[in-house]
Amino acid sequence: MNKNLRWKVVLILSVIALSVWAFYPPGQKVNLGLDLRGGVHMIMRVQTDDALRIETDTTAERLREALSVAAVQYTNLEVTGPIEFVAEGIQDDDAFRQVAVEVDTVFSRSPGVGSYTYTMRPNIANQLREEAVTQAQQTIERRVNELGVAEPIVARQGADDQILVQLPGVTDVDRAKEIIGRTALLELKLVEQGPFLTQEAALQAVNNVVPPDMELVSGAEDVAATGGGTPSTVYYIVRRVAPVTGRDLRTSRPTLDENNLPAVSFTFNQDGAQRFGQFTEQNIGRGLAVILDNRVFTAPTIQSRIADEGRITGSFTQQEAQDLSLVLRTGALPAPMDILEERTVGPTLGRESIEAGVTASLGGLTLVVIFILLYYKVTGLNAVVSIAVNLSILLGMMAYLGATLTLPGIAGFILTIGIGVDSNVLIFERIKEELATAKGVRAAVHAGFDRVWWTIVDTHVASLVSAMFLFQFGTGPIRGFATTLAIGLLANIFTAVFVSRTMFELVLSRRQQQQVQVLSI
Amino acid sequence: MQIFRNTSYNFTRWRWQAAALSLVILVAGISVIVSRGGLPVGIDFSGGTIVVVKFDQDVTEEQVREAVAPIPGEEVVQQYGDTQDREWLIRLALTDAAEAGASLEEGSEQILEALQGEGLPTFELLSREIVGPVIGADLQRRGIYATLASLLAIAVYIAFRFRVSFALGAVAAVLHDIVVTVAFLVFFGFDLSLNIVAALLTITGYSVNDTIVIFDRVRENMRAMRRDSLDQVVNVSVNQTLARTVITSGTTFVSVLALYLFGGEVLRGFAFTMLVGVISGTYSTVFIASSIAIALGQRKQASAASPAAAARQEAKARPKRKASGARAS
Repeated sequence: MNKNLRWKVVLILSVIALSVWAFYPPGQKVNLGLDLRGGVHMIMRVQTDDALRIETDTTAERLREALSVAAVQYTNLEVTGPIEFVAEGIQDDDAFRQVAVEVDTVFSRSPGVGSYTYTMRPNIANQLREEAVTQAQQTIERRVNELGVAEPIVARQGADDQILVQLPGVTDVDRAKEIIGRTALLELKLVEQGPFLTQEAALQAVNNVVPPDMELVSGAEDVAATGGGTPSTVYYIVRRVAPVTGRDLRTSRPTLDENNLPAVSFTFNQDGAQRFGQFTEQNIGRGLAVILDNRVFTAPTIQSRIADEGRITGSFTQQEAQDLSLVLRTGALPAPMDILEERTVGPTLGRESIEAGVTASLGGLTLVVIFILLYYKVTGLNAVVSIAVNLSILLGMMAYLGATLTLPGIAGFILTIGIGVDSNVLIFERIKEELATAKGVRAAVHAGFDRVWWTIVDTHVASLVSAMFLFQFGTGPIRGFATTLAIGLLANIFTAVFVSRTMFELVLSRRQQQQVQVLSI
Repeated sequence: MQIFRNTSYNFTRWRWQAAALSLVILVAGISVIVSRGGLPVGIDFSGGTIVVVKFDQDVTEEQVREAVAPIPGEEVVQQYGDTQDREWLIRLALTDAAEAGASLEEGSEQILEALQGEGLPTFELLSREIVGPVIGADLQRRGIYATLASLLAIAVYIAFRFRVSFALGAVAAVLHDIVVTVAFLVFFGFDLSLNIVAALLTITGYSVNDTIVIFDRVRENMRAMRRDSLDQVVNVSVNQTLARTVITSGTTFVSVLALYLFGGEVLRGFAFTMLVGVISGTYSTVFIASSIAIALGQRKQASAASPAAAARQEAKARPKRKASGARAS
């Protein structure tokens, strides 16, 4: 064995050793995709319009207050869309514009007859949308982490308002969805009137027109009042502006109320505690509605100044109380979310898929190996070895790169076997042709490899191109396929050309005498 | 052992018959597609819900069908996998309500509720797929884009490495394979899904792969056979690579067949697409790609370029050949 050849053998053996080291034991080192280990894949959309509407509402509300303080006359101030509100019946234009000057930084104003239409400036709207999506993503990340899911993915995806969430191994998908998708906007608002048993009764109390600074919300009857029965729906008229919200929370945890029923307690941060203390001090004896996602959970009477702690009671199960404190702790979503796509794979199907995939791979490999050995006899071993090396590099690279093995990815393994066979057949057939022109075995082998090299490059580039677009196109499982195929192709250039050729050279250098028999192709 | 020793089949003479055969399949496929009102797209592209459940006791198709019948919209009930697995797939098209923005999950909830009704044994949820209209349209767009872009990129590569006429031949062959494969998918009642489109893209690579091997040989032979017509050069090249073509297609076919037989229900459509695609890819390489390359190449030869000029071009196209990295020692 000459020195050059020895180095090649050492190189090949170290590549094999490194690969095996990288993927062994495969059960721990190879990342399985959702379709193999079970779990849920979701694409959620942040309803950014709602985030903008909140901003528009707040601005209109502030303007209304400022106008009443400055005693500027107008007939109507109304939010007409997520990014639009109108002010009508303005008497004193100069006075109005002076009060409304602050609004102009966020909204552009177009005049009508005694009226103005305010539209949110596009750059501000885009910025708010962007912020809402980013904030939603961060909130979901925190919730997923609290859920204790291993290796989750939470990422922006596709169109601007979409978030991809992948939770491997999650079996209770409905609960996970409930936790992730819950807005969890906590608001504490002053009760003006109520509770009423019907919506009509509530409206009657305000002469059928809810004042602009108030709103009508529904909720469950206080548990204490039901005496153990099922709470019915009741209605409240509450102040629109909440002195404190979920954003002012420091933490939240499950607890028990005085009747030993599950409840959720929360504490405010410093700023929130100060505001809440002041607010409760001023409103002793009045009702305080604890509103979560626009539904009143409880509305106790304020007994005394409360500084930093509150509690939500309701008919919770222990699990619900736990989940609610989780979402409160991780903060509210800036806007509601809806699900655009959901793919759930149960653990049973995942297990079945792995079994089927392994059976198919081994079956395919066995058939191919039998064929090659029958057709090429001893030289066929050469192809079998190079395919085996290819598969171990493929596995090793996947483990090393942390690439995900999916069910279509297993198909990628099978196709890699096919590609490996193809390159070897291409080379063997070419050597066979060269042998027919009687140049001698050594020359035929060299010529065979040299002639085929560019063919192999061309075919592999073409296949890599389609794998690349496959990756671009696909979702998780198909990306796994594209990745497997691409790594398999790259590994094959090494194995079919370099490894296979080295083996030929080994045989040629060792068995000068019997080389013709050995090359029984 | 050796098959196809020194064959000299006249492939190019059969090209009209081959074209006729392809045409028959294409026309049949397209008319079936048209008669069924368009391509049968699955929920990945059209939106909708698929629920797969595994019952712990035997149920009949009638039972499942009856249970889900009251759900609004059109339900499809299919046995999933082998009979003894007791696995059933229920598919629900996107309802108008969901299109209008109602909760997408409603369909799957209704199915699960219906199956929990009386008379049916208990079941386990194997998988659930819910695709909304936004994502469906997005995947559709991306699928078309990926297929076209991949074809274009491959065409540019072949035009760069070989000739423009070869690139056109290869692309025509690939298009042929895609349409033939889709026709077979329609004949056998498969719906286009993400996995099937992935298989179609893989076929693109595979078919081109096959074509390149023959074109490579054509290019090599053009230098040695300057006096022969392109027709003859192609014929000789196809014959020379025939053993390789058949062995490779055969082994790929066998491994994909293993996937089809043992790979499980999830990959059934994928494997079927590959099976058809491998056969069509091999056939189109031999008959379609070379015929088109010949037809376009001859016109070019007749119009201006002498064979010598073509050969010079070839030499320019691959200057690194002698210094190739494969030459070791």
